[in-house]
Parts: sequence; C-alpha cells; structure tokens
Amino acid sequence: MKAVVTVVGHDNKGIIAKVSAKCAEVGANITEISQSVLKEYFAMIMVIDIDDITMQFTDFVDAMRKLGEENSLDIRTMHEDIFNSMHRI
Amino acid sequence: MINVNVNDILETINMIKEENLDIRTITMGISLYDCASDDVSVVCDRIYDKITRTAENLVSVGCDIEKELGIPIINKRVSVTPISLVGGKYSPEDYVRIAKTLDRAAHTLGINFIGGYGALVQKGFTVNAANLIESIPYALSETELVCSSVNVASTKAGINMDAVAKMGSVIKKTAYLTRDKESIGCAKLVVFANVPEDNPFMAGAFHGVGEAESVVSVGVSGPGVVNSAIRRAGQCDFSTLAEIIKKTAFKITRMGQLVAAEASKRLGVPFGIVDLSLAPTPAVGDSVAHILEAMGIERCGGHGTTAALALLNDAVKKGGVMASSHVGGLSGAFIPVSEDAGMIDAVECGALSLEKLEAMTAVCSVGLDMIAIPGDTPEEVICGIIADEISIGVANTKTTAVRLIPAYGKKAGDSVVFGGLLGYAPIMKLSDYSCADFIARGGRIPAPIHSLKN
Repeated sequence: MKAVVTVVGHDNKGIIAKVSAKCAEVGANITEISQSVLKEYFAMIMVIDIDDITMQFTDFVDAMRKLGEENSLDIRTMHEDIFNSMHRI
Repeated sequence: MINVNVNDILETINMIKEENLDIRTITMGISLYDCASDDVSVVCDRIYDKITRTAENLVSVGCDIEKELGIPIINKRVSVTPISLVGGKYSPEDYVRIAKTLDRAAHTLGINFIGGYGALVQKGFTVNAANLIESIPYALSETELVCSSVNVASTKAGINMDAVAKMGSVIKKTAYLTRDKESIGCAKLVVFANVPEDNPFMAGAFHGVGEAESVVSVGVSGPGVVNSAIRRAGQCDFSTLAEIIKKTAFKITRMGQLVAAEASKRLGVPFGIVDLSLAPTPAVGDSVAHILEAMGIERCGGHGTTAALALLNDAVKKGGVMASSHVGGLSGAFIPVSEDAGMIDAVECGALSLEKLEAMTAVCSVGLDMIAIPGDTPEEVICGIIADEISIGVANTKTTAVRLIPAYGKKAGDSVVFGGLLGYAPIMKLSDYSCADFIARGGRIPAPIHSLKN
C-alpha cells in the first residue's frame, strides 16, 4: 500500500533530509518525489510504500505531523485510497 | 506509483485544507426492538448495554479513518429505533428515564449525538406515541446529546393535524424548559413529513423500522468546495454550471463512500447509505447561501434564489448518485439559518424572509431549519408554520421538516447564540394574523390524490 506525504512551508536547509530520514527510520520506502520552490515557499509531494513500516500507520501520520510542527512545516500523510477513490472511477 | 497525478493530489488537499471539505458524520443505526420489556428499569439496562456494546468502537474507528485518510470526520453519532416503537407500556415519566439512558450511553461512547427519541404518528397516535411526545420537552431539557423527531404526515397518509397541534405546544414547552440556554432544546427537535428512515443527520436521525440489526451510514458535507468551483468557473451558462456542480458532488460523495465502506468493514456492520447532502456550518467558506450568491444572486433570498437552489439541489443529486452504491437519507442541499453564515447575513440585512425560506424548501432536501422566532409566538402560529411546511412535503412527495426555536424572552430583531455546529440565529419576524380557528378544527388532512399510485 502507498501513502502520499505533502510538505509545505518556508524553504529552509535540510527539509528533504529530515523527512526522508524519518521515512527511513520507520521503514517507509520513498518511491516518488516531486518538489519545487516557489519564491520562498517549499512544496513537496512524496509517494511512499507503507507495507513494511514498523509502526501503526496512524502513529506514523502523527509522527510526520509532529516533525512538521518542530520545523514550522505543514506535513500531511494520507493513505492513497482517498486520492484513488476521488479521482478514479 | 499510485494512479493519480500531482494536480489531483493538490486538488484533494486544497478541498480539505482551504474549502472545509469534511465528512460531517458517521452514524451507526442500532435496532432496539430486542430491548423490549414491561419493566422500564429492565428496558433501560438493555438499551444501555446494547448501544454501548454495538457502538463500542465507533469513535475509535472514526478517529483512525480520519487520521489515515487525512479527511476530517466531524461527528460520530448513533441513531436508534424510534423509542415509541420499543415494546412495552410506558408513561411519559418512563420515557424520560429512557431518554436519560440514551444520554448516558452517548456520553459513555464519547459520541456527539444520539437520535431516535421519537414517534411516527402520520396517521394517528398509539398510547406509547402520545406518551413519548408528551415527554419530549422534559427529555430534551434533562439530557444533553439526545435528539428527537416526530413524523406528523406522509404523502400516503395525509397530515395528522392533531399531531401538528400537539407539536406546537411541545415546541413551546421545550423552549421554556431550556430557557436558560437560549431554548436550545428546540434545536434538537424536528417535526417531519415523509421522514427518511435512514437519515444520518441530526436532529432527525433514527434507525428505521425496515432496517437491519445495525448499519453504518455516512453524511458528507462540502458547500465550500462547490462554492469555490463555481467561483473559479466565472461567468458560464447554466448547463456548464450544472456540470461543474455535478463533478464536484461526485468527488465529495466518493469520499463519503470510501469512508462508509471502510467504517463498515472495520466495525463489522453492514453499510447503509451515503447521504450526499450539502451541509453548511457557521464557519466562513462553508455556506450554502454563498453558493447561491456565487451563481449570481446578490444576496440569498433575492429573486432567483429558488431557481438557483433548485439547480444546485438537482446537480448535487445527479453528481452524487453515481459515486455511491447506495444513496439515501435526505440527500440534497440543507438551508438551516443558524448554521450557515451566508443565511444569517441574508436574514440580518433583510434579504431573506421566512416566506422565501418556505419557497426554497419546495426545491431542496429539508425544510424550515434552525429558525429562531419570537419567544411569545402563540402555539397556533407555530402549528400554522408547521402545517404550511409539512403540506409542501406531502403535496410534492418529498421530505420536509420544521425545526423552530421560539427563543424564550426574545423578540424579532434579537438573536440567539447556540455555539458549535448549531451557530447563532437572528430572531425572524412572523405574520401577525391568526390561524387559531384553522388549527382548532383537528383531525386529519386527507392524503393527496397522487398518493393513489397502485
């Protein structure tokens, strides 16, 4: 199963490093990254594989949100089902 | 690789983050038929045990789904068999004890509301139904989370005008008994025609007589998403406008279907329906009135409002129906005054009157909803308002409902503040002319000719 992680906030050094380190720590495999910086804003969408994560997915969602709060970023982690059901018939 | 592109992902996140898209409620319906007993203490024990056992995981499952999918689920609710149909012989005092039991079960579960404290009296009263209706003001003033509804008419049965007359006094008494809280008891009491038996929205939710042992249903929301889509489209013709609303409603409803299916699986309870209503909240950007204004009406209530609402309501249904395997409940646009920032503004600036609201209810899913009226309104005037609104439902083979708050001690121009999802409401002016002789006739208004379809 996949999940989508979105990261939005003021650009800063090491954002990708912090987010990907957290993913690696819990066994989430990053399969795709789309990232851009518009003016001073950083925006990234990551698709991750969550089949082998070492914690409950709900705890992972919390952990990512907390990581965002610690770094003044908005980090959302959402299961792929919501996107597939909304945009695919 | 998941099957959607970056734009789709951003669209979904924007709907949730900026346009207030949410799942309004996951509602679990629970049958209480097997709780019957002549001893009210036994009934209360059975009801408490059954509800707390059956819905034990409702809140935790709701919270998990909310977190995993990243979509807010605002309320978790329970609806039960109309209490007047739970077998046994009970006095009004017994019914108040049952209401308190429902309230206690709701608090134990941590849910937001419990619905089903009601009766179906479209053709006449059973002794139990009459006793339950008698108890409603006390039940609503002595509980916090219990919601009550009474169906007084149907297209098949006609209008039980004795029940309409009774509800006038029940509403007034409820307002009086909850006078220290802005008469809030009336916000939890709805009078229906053609009540749907699978509605997940409060205050009218109950677990219908033909339903399974328990089911889980979902009510979606999303006026802000529709509003933004219309504003983005700019000046386009009506066919295009309807297409935009349909596509948006489809997406919103798909989310409801996903949540309903997931909740059903995790709770081990059959999926009931998705109610694809546009349910506003007092939050900025979550208003049905603002959708009508985005269509080109300067202020909700102006001429053209009814046509705009009819288009909106129809397009929402057409878009939503394909997105879900089972659609039910009220399914349409809600126009509650106190729960919609745009409606409140329209009333306060004089653009929206009670008469216009009544016309609007002929083309959308509910009725005169969350309307505050002067506290000294005579009972028969409340009955007249109910009778008018119920007639629209009966004659048009649709659901209509009345949720009026005769705010104790308040007069036209004042306002009442309920807080939370219930919002605040300016007190609306009513006609000064009496309908007392009409209401005093009693009996039933016969079913309309088009009820004879067989």
